[in-house]
Amino acid sequence: MPEPLIEARQVEKFYDQPSDNRIQVIAPLDLAVYPGEILTLLGPSGSGKSTLLRILTGLSPASAGQVLWHGSPVSGPCENVSIVFQSFALFPWLTVLENIDAPLKARGVSPEGRFARSLRMADAVGLDGFENAYPRELSGGMKQRVGFARALVVEPEVLFMDEPFSSLDVLTAENLRSELLELWDNKKMPTRAVFIVTHNIEEAVLLGDRIVVLGKNPGRIRTNFSVDLPRPRDRKQPRFTRIVDYIYQVLTQPDTEHALPATGPASGPKYPMLPHARTGGIAGFLELLADHNGREDVYRLADLLSFEIDDLLPIVEGAALLGFVKLAEGDVEITPAGLEFVNADILRQKELFRNAALEHVMLLKQIKRSLESKSDHTLPDEFFHDILDEHFSEEETLRQLDTAINWGRYAELFDHDSERKRFFIPEETPVAPVTVEAGTET
Amino acid sequence: MTVPGLSRSLIRDRTWNFFMDAIVFAVLFASVYAIVAVARYWFSAPVAAVQISLSPTAIPRYAFYSLVRMIVAYVLSLVFAIGYGYVAAYNQRAEGPMLAVLDILQSIPVLSFLPGVMLAMVSLFPSRQLGVEFGSILLIFTGQVWNMAFSFYASLKALPRELMEASRVYRFGRMQRFLQLELPQGTIGLVWNSMVSVAGGWFFLMACEMFVLGKRDFRLPGLGSYLQSAASAGDSSAIIWGVAAMIGLVVVIDQLVWRPAIAWSDKFKQEQVESSSAHSSAVLNLLRKSPLLSRLRKGVTTPLMERVYSSAARHPTEANSEMSNWQKALAVLAGILALLAILYGVYQGLLLLKGITRAELMTTLESAGATWLRVIAALVIASAWTIPAGVAIGFNPRLARIAQPLAQIAASVPATALFPVLLLGLISLGGGLNTGSILLMLLGTQWYILFNVIAGAIAIPSEFREVADIFHFSRIERWRTVILPAIFPYLITGLVTASGGAWNASIVAEYFHFKGQVLSTFGLGAEISSATDSGNFALLLLSTIVMAALVVSVNRLLWRRLYRRAETHYRMEA
Repeated sequence: MPEPLIEARQVEKFYDQPSDNRIQVIAPLDLAVYPGEILTLLGPSGSGKSTLLRILTGLSPASAGQVLWHGSPVSGPCENVSIVFQSFALFPWLTVLENIDAPLKARGVSPEGRFARSLRMADAVGLDGFENAYPRELSGGMKQRVGFARALVVEPEVLFMDEPFSSLDVLTAENLRSELLELWDNKKMPTRAVFIVTHNIEEAVLLGDRIVVLGKNPGRIRTNFSVDLPRPRDRKQPRFTRIVDYIYQVLTQPDTEHALPATGPASGPKYPMLPHARTGGIAGFLELLADHNGREDVYRLADLLSFEIDDLLPIVEGAALLGFVKLAEGDVEITPAGLEFVNADILRQKELFRNAALEHVMLLKQIKRSLESKSDHTLPDEFFHDILDEHFSEEETLRQLDTAINWGRYAELFDHDSERKRFFIPEETPVAPVTVEAGTET
Repeated sequence: MTVPGLSRSLIRDRTWNFFMDAIVFAVLFASVYAIVAVARYWFSAPVAAVQISLSPTAIPRYAFYSLVRMIVAYVLSLVFAIGYGYVAAYNQRAEGPMLAVLDILQSIPVLSFLPGVMLAMVSLFPSRQLGVEFGSILLIFTGQVWNMAFSFYASLKALPRELMEASRVYRFGRMQRFLQLELPQGTIGLVWNSMVSVAGGWFFLMACEMFVLGKRDFRLPGLGSYLQSAASAGDSSAIIWGVAAMIGLVVVIDQLVWRPAIAWSDKFKQEQVESSSAHSSAVLNLLRKSPLLSRLRKGVTTPLMERVYSSAARHPTEANSEMSNWQKALAVLAGILALLAILYGVYQGLLLLKGITRAELMTTLESAGATWLRVIAALVIASAWTIPAGVAIGFNPRLARIAQPLAQIAASVPATALFPVLLLGLISLGGGLNTGSILLMLLGTQWYILFNVIAGAIAIPSEFREVADIFHFSRIERWRTVILPAIFPYLITGLVTASGGAWNASIVAEYFHFKGQVLSTFGLGAEISSATDSGNFALLLLSTIVMAALVVSVNRLLWRRLYRRAETHYRMEA
């Protein structure tokens, strides 16, 4: 094994809370980037993949552990790395050429040298003719080309990319991906390694020499393996689909390898996390599954729906949490309860959902019970906020409550007044059954 | 395309460029002369009360002196605003106090700064005109700087995180970060706030150039004191000459400076897609074509900037480097000194306030109530006509094309300049300063509401109006469910600015030297003005505190809440 360019040793990220619970974003992990490889880092939202990228580049410090750059510890942004950002992060008031030129300026390169290098790089990524345009005049794909050129012009040793293709449309993303591979394979870029963060599974397999999959809550490595498929890779190739299938299995499997060494102080019993799926998404997913005879390979479903982890996984997790589907060896199978749900009318569906939610979903159960225990059946947001605060980051707490409101409203368990920021159980107003008949469907 | 046509257009371009160069050159030449003239005047022996000539031929000289004062005060404001905003945005410990200070200083009327600033400056330069002059400039400065500082702070706070990260990962030095990231980000806000600030400067020019402080009479040569003297003497033709000169000057500056500046600042928009509505300015286009300027840029500015960048690159500074120990000690020491100074000031202030009688306190509170009622009246009257008018203009592009430029010119005219004319009319009609002061507040502040309502009406998606059409909304329903909620955030922004402006205007509106006598009406503004006039510092301090407290608490209790409501409920989401 060659010397790693960048190495993370027992790196972790956490936020200390006033109480002795602390919010662990990334559990201690080891990761190294070796010369000559494209490493793709795959993970659902909340797995800390962007945070990990910022730790490796030195943009943000790790809470504990060490990042080594050629064997020596880093503090502050690394000397010789570049980042391509999801939102492009171009300076809107600088022209294309000035944007590419800016990092060279910062390094004190002479004007003539800068000009030549920037122009050469602009040409290499296909920006000829656009040198004097402002970013707002460019399409998303062209903007990201500027992002590439700016990153490559300083000849970084490691090129970091933070979901570089996810704000582009499908065709543009495909085009840019293959151009990136062409630059890499033909050694047209001065870079020794590429590190790509993504939440698109196909993308990870198309690009990566090595794939690292992160799990969430807290972020940790679930698998780390090499891909030795020759490039360009064909999505229809059986070996390609096998790898995608394998990643789905890893991602949909509940954490068996949960056995983290109990180093952190008082990490008590884990509070179950509500998957961020909309109720409509779960219902639609169940219908689709029923149409496929109730059992389907996750990979096939992903092909039908989306390869973006954050679109599909929460829905599958949500359906599984409610007991409507079962996961087995990369397959999703609908349960009798799920089948009943699919075949019920709208009101009955809500009832089934309500029962399932009260049985399986801790947060909804808790909200319902707390509201019922109050004589006026109402509680402020902060009450639940404080409960979740102990277990999740601020952002995640808000998302949890958001999802809980969506599920709770659909199941008619409780309602929420966003103006006064309170949860409440509405007065019983029985719906007249007459209005329902028109809405029956199968 | 025919060849003769092409060559003709080339010739026209050529001659224009030549003219432009000639103009640029003339401007440079004139500025050199101006600097010499100003310097000679500033370093002459001090004459506190210059005899103001009411002859129209004196106007150009007075206008020039006023303009220089405005420019110096503006440049000071800009530098201070950028520095203050920068520190407040990046120094976490200082951020809270610095914002609170801004909030309070913003609500203190210009005249309340007068005694302190004047006396300090005059004693600093006892033997030169510079002292008095600088006092006046600092007064204008105190009326301009706060909103600019706040704007720059807010822009820095709104910097997108990924742009910050890009500048760190690409190792921008502090200088490069400032020039390529922070300053461009703040430019649009600074340009718009500069316009508002300078308009405020013109508004208070009369108060800043000519005033009585106890037994001392200060009168500086300038357009403001010309108008003031003309009003005191009741010389109608001089008033009209002065008003005409001031309006002319303001309109010319608007066309030559602010329109081009706004058009130029369009390139700093933080938007990802090109928008259809762009500002344009003929003057800016001409300037861009000037070969002299472009040669200047190639020959001087660009190499100079290169030097700056390369020296910055040679001495890289990590943006948030730790302070060394002695720096920390120095900061602590400065903090302690500042605290002691504040404590001493508070102690002295309290001593001063001890002289206030109960009756005086009651009068001050009552007069605050009177002024408050006037402010409310001005806001109500302003809303009553600007909301329908603004919506009509916003809904009708053809009307907007005609009305908006006119309204902009009308808005740029400082209302105080019109005040003497207005009073002449009012007095002949039998009205007094009570009506007059409301009218002046109205004149000065209605534009903020009008422009915001127009912007709000333009931003209403046409689908909303189509829904109202399809479902045959009645006129009342249309206003209640579509128009008013949609313009609400804009209306609040306009009202906040207008209310602050009206409070500040009360000090010139309620107390006025006219035809050799003092016209005044019962109110807090009149109290501040008369306390300054008579040098009653205790009363001045008291009424200033009352006004600042009132404005700040109305802001906190009313406007900020409405603002939050506007943000959460009536915001149009894409």
